Amino acid sequence: MPKPLTITTPGDRQIVIVRAFEAPRDLVFLCYSKPELLRLWYGMPDWTMPICEIDFRVGGKWRFLTRSPDGFEMGSKGIYTLIDRPMQIDQTETYDDNWTGGQTTNSVAFTEKDSVTTSTTTVTYATAEMRAAAAASPMATGMEIGFKRLDATLAELQAK
Amino acid sequence: MTPSEQLDATFIALADPTRRAILVRLMTGEASVNELAEPFAISQPAVSKHLKILERAGLVSRSADGTRRPVKIEAAPMKDAVDWLEKYRKFWEISYQRLDALLEILQTPVNAPEKPKKQRTDDNA
Repeated sequence: MPKPLTITTPGDRQIVIVRAFEAPRDLVFLCYSKPELLRLWYGMPDWTMPICEIDFRVGGKWRFLTRSPDGFEMGSKGIYTLIDRPMQIDQTETYDDNWTGGQTTNSVAFTEKDSVTTSTTTVTYATAEMRAAAAASPMATGMEIGFKRLDATLAELQAK
Repeated sequence: MTPSEQLDATFIALADPTRRAILVRLMTGEASVNELAEPFAISQPAVSKHLKILERAGLVSRSADGTRRPVKIEAAPMKDAVDWLEKYRKFWEISYQRLDALLEILQTPVNAPEKPKKQRTDDNA
């Protein structure tokens, strides 16, 4: 099994998500760049994705719209700013209701070792306030979860 | 502070390794500024500066009583920050589990005969 996903918040404007996949890098890259593949995995399984448009070239636009079972819709869009096949995809992202207070820049880097591909996603907010605004957003509240993980985090801090 | 400003202050406070170490120390019990400065090889004013940031984030509180004014850890804001990160983690964890399943399907040769050896034998027969 691949290593579990890790999320860290280095500095005050970034969120970094790292995850390993048991697949070649070319294939993982395709799953990020082909709309017909991306819509099969992105987001909650019980949500639908009525819009998943990707113009996969530098300067090309992308547009997602996801819908919850009870009809709540969440849309986002952006522009690809760097495509380095199959190593890196950079893009801007803005949510329709602007709850992050503006645009983020998202960079996904892929590395492959021993047939395992690791993706490292770095989401950079324009300001520390924006990251906090995202935390108080429908994305955060809409994503059901009530895990009380303080103990785990305290343990993590203690291990450092 | 609004909830989002509170969360912001928490993340900023947690971003520094010395402040995280101070929190870890405070998990074992309250301590004075002097006691906190001791293991960190930094000056008492430097510790006081870190404590101000932690205090503003609501992560620690200082007793008003006595000259020692011990510092105490406050768990609630940290819990809020952790809960949010957990929601974020959940979104990506679920998406990536779906991607795992998709990658597995994509790596299975769907058009190939299910049992090539046996079929070839059958063909030859």
